[in-house]
Amino acid sequence: MHILIIGNGVAGITAARYIRKRSSHAITVVSAESKHFFSRTALMYVYMGHMRFEDIKPYEDWFWEKNRIDLLQAYVEKINTDKKTVSLSTGNDLPYDRLIIATGSASNKFGWPGQDLRGVQGLYSLQDLENMETYSRDLKKAVIVGGGLIGIEMAEMFLSRGIEVCMLVREKYYWDNVLPEEEARMITNHIRDHHIDLRLETELKQILGNEEERVVAVETSKGETIECGFTGLTPGVHPNIKVVEGSPIECRRGILVNEYLESNIPGVYAIGDCAELRNPPPGRKAIEAVWYTGKLMGKTVARSICKEATPYRPGIWYNSAKFLDIEYQVYGSVAASGQSAENEESFYWEDAKKQRSMRLVFDRESRKLLGINVLGMRLRHNVADQFLREQWPVSKVLQHFNALYFDPEFYRNPIREMLKKFNAECNETVKALDFKAVKHLVFEN
Amino acid sequence: MSSLYENISLTPHNSMGKKERAGLTLMALGLLAFLLSFITFAGPAMPFLSGIFFTVAGGVVYSRKESRWSTGSMLLIFLGLISFLFLIFRPSALSPLLISLFSFAFFVLGAAIYIFFRFRKGEAGIRNNGITFSPLTRKNGALAWVLAVVITGFYIMLYWFPEQIHGLILAVDPIYGALFGKSGLPESNGGHYNPWFLYGFLYTVAVLLMGSRFMLKYRHNRYQLLRTASVMFFQVVFAFFIPNVLAALNHQELYFHYFWPLDYDVLFPSSIDTLMSGDSLSHFFFWWTLAISFLAVPVLTYYFGKRWYCSWVCGCGGLAETAGDPFRHLSDKSLNAWQIERKLIYLVLVLITAITALLLLDRSFDLFNESTSLAFRKGYGFVIGTVFSGVIGVGFYPIMGSRVWCRFGCPQAAILGILQKYFSRFRISTNGGQCISCGNCSTYCEMGIDVKWYAQREQNIVRASCVGCGICSAVCPRGVLKLENGPLKGKTAIQINRNEVKILDEEPIG
Repeated sequence: MHILIIGNGVAGITAARYIRKRSSHAITVVSAESKHFFSRTALMYVYMGHMRFEDIKPYEDWFWEKNRIDLLQAYVEKINTDKKTVSLSTGNDLPYDRLIIATGSASNKFGWPGQDLRGVQGLYSLQDLENMETYSRDLKKAVIVGGGLIGIEMAEMFLSRGIEVCMLVREKYYWDNVLPEEEARMITNHIRDHHIDLRLETELKQILGNEEERVVAVETSKGETIECGFTGLTPGVHPNIKVVEGSPIECRRGILVNEYLESNIPGVYAIGDCAELRNPPPGRKAIEAVWYTGKLMGKTVARSICKEATPYRPGIWYNSAKFLDIEYQVYGSVAASGQSAENEESFYWEDAKKQRSMRLVFDRESRKLLGINVLGMRLRHNVADQFLREQWPVSKVLQHFNALYFDPEFYRNPIREMLKKFNAECNETVKALDFKAVKHLVFEN
Repeated sequence: MSSLYENISLTPHNSMGKKERAGLTLMALGLLAFLLSFITFAGPAMPFLSGIFFTVAGGVVYSRKESRWSTGSMLLIFLGLISFLFLIFRPSALSPLLISLFSFAFFVLGAAIYIFFRFRKGEAGIRNNGITFSPLTRKNGALAWVLAVVITGFYIMLYWFPEQIHGLILAVDPIYGALFGKSGLPESNGGHYNPWFLYGFLYTVAVLLMGSRFMLKYRHNRYQLLRTASVMFFQVVFAFFIPNVLAALNHQELYFHYFWPLDYDVLFPSSIDTLMSGDSLSHFFFWWTLAISFLAVPVLTYYFGKRWYCSWVCGCGGLAETAGDPFRHLSDKSLNAWQIERKLIYLVLVLITAITALLLLDRSFDLFNESTSLAFRKGYGFVIGTVFSGVIGVGFYPIMGSRVWCRFGCPQAAILGILQKYFSRFRISTNGGQCISCGNCSTYCEMGIDVKWYAQREQNIVRASCVGCGICSAVCPRGVLKLENGPLKGKTAIQINRNEVKILDEEPIG
């Protein structure tokens, strides 16, 4: 049987690896972007000079041949589901028995005037990075539009090369369409500590170019004109599903799949950012463009293809990011600024001395834990997952905080301060158990 | 792809103004004067001093306001380096005190100022910016090769041609005198001055200067601060002061933080005889070193992993963690390198164990004649002790990374590694599914461990070679890694998330 995978990102490659672990099917991975799999989330580090491109490849180059995973650097132009073939940019038709579409995302563009000028782009692909490199030569100032995760990465990249950065963010605080207000405010301050000219509640009106079609300035909704040699468009991404155009594969925003990640056409699967779940599990979205869901979908589809039909069940939501120097982790459901449900209450603690905080979201009546947000602090995934799954009461969670805490050794453990605030606010007398008393949660998981 | 990232101009071009041009001209004149001072045979003082004058004046004119401190510090470093060359090539031209002042004072002061302004400014955080672009720190960079040749050359002179660096040896003598109350020079042997104070002094200065740099760079990370303070302490007290004070008291130099098999000759019969015929301190040292080797090593490694020694105490480790830090990413992460590492390091361990055992047997049963046993001792000392741990171990920092010796050769690391892997509570825990395979952990692992290979399959990292420096955890942008001690049971298992929907990894492929 021949398995054809379109896209060599984490979803497609994970599927390929796990099909190989479980079978001896012929596997071909087609990608136009690069010959070898690389970590997309690490592209920023190549630009910043932290790593070379070869350092962000998770596997050495010999790995693919040794595991009989054929890599084909080409562009898929059309999928013919009747004949079970795909047409390649090289002019060849490639037959398949099972097709896995893992084409990822594409950057959003909202039809701004000037959005196709040279020096105007998002950051998603390797080609985007190369273009960014080209336009960075002699660059003095960049304007970044959009207050999301890619925007802040782009800002950090430019800062690393001494290029001035201005960010236009539509929201009241940075990323407060995802973060609660206090957290969004902390990140906003942190961004300004790094001398980024952050302009809140400001939108892009148009991008101005010169006679060489290169960007020279942007105009904002507030009527200001900001000179810049580069404009980063980072208002999010959408499923990249151009490849299914003209085929009977059913799409909404992404390629629609059932819980086995199979599309309306039997034998054709979609995984990763480009897939849209017809019936997402509770607490999860239909499209989740994050690294680990791509990985999990790859593992799941590999099982189904290798005759062990397995539904996709990603469990409790979690995610992480880094805003300049502040790490962020979220487990379970934490509502954005002003979006909390009726029954939700939250305990929020922020360090007076350094930029770090923790928020526990819980049910007002039952006091059961619903979600955890941390900034500038690390938590143990397995323990957080257990607390959420078993719906521990919030006071018990704090009592067992030392099992949850994952900062490096010798870091200042904040639990005493947290409890002081919690006990005062909630009129309780919770005491934290020391690590010895909670280590069964850590090590016997 | 690769060609693009190999041809990046790191800083945007800035056109040069009149002031900059004037400054550069003056600096060039200064350089010329220095050159003159090397080649004129009479009265080099004039060109030397005018060289200093022109270079400094040039630098002052050249520097911009915002970079005045860093330019100034670079100038001082440069003057120090020129003075070092002067010491090597014209040892008797100026008074040792003067030249010692110029070289060491300029160099140390310049480096200290540079480090402070380079790493103190801005917010604390991971700042590895430009490391893969700089000709000094990128793989096979031009300056990296220059530095490697210079360090290797220095080691070669130190070991085999100390007479070539007389000037340097003379120049540190006033420092020795100031610290230990007398000249170190009379203890010369074979008609040459003893170079080992110079070596110890430079080594300690390097650990302190670059240790300060490291602490500034990681000032947000308390594990790194404590660990670096520890290696600096052991270098200054155990490697520098105690042995030198003992030597100044005409006692045998004793290094209390080295023991068999890293201190390979301590169990050779000749050393045992020397120690046992010495005073009570020598007797104590003998039992101390035995107790560390055979009791403290297994016990401490059981509780803390090999890091208690390799990245907190050891002098080789200390230099690697401080002076070697800018080069840590150059270690080879390939599977191939790992295979070589495993063969080589255990070979050295077998070698030193066999030689020690044979020599001890020889003492009781007289197996070999005098010259054979001498050949064993000298042979290991030359190949492993000198060439491998010294010349290659440090000289190749800018080419192969900072832990070449620790990774491929150190028999102590081999023993600690076996204990760490099979009989230790230490592991690097992987945090569930948060890994994004970015590769920072692997890239900045000085021991060449492909950390992400484990992290991305949600498995804890238990590797014999891990020295527990904690940098993988520091550079991780997603909070995935934590060095910790816990029960042996299940420490290497792929994490089992009891959440039934999570699919477990199976045996690795490839």
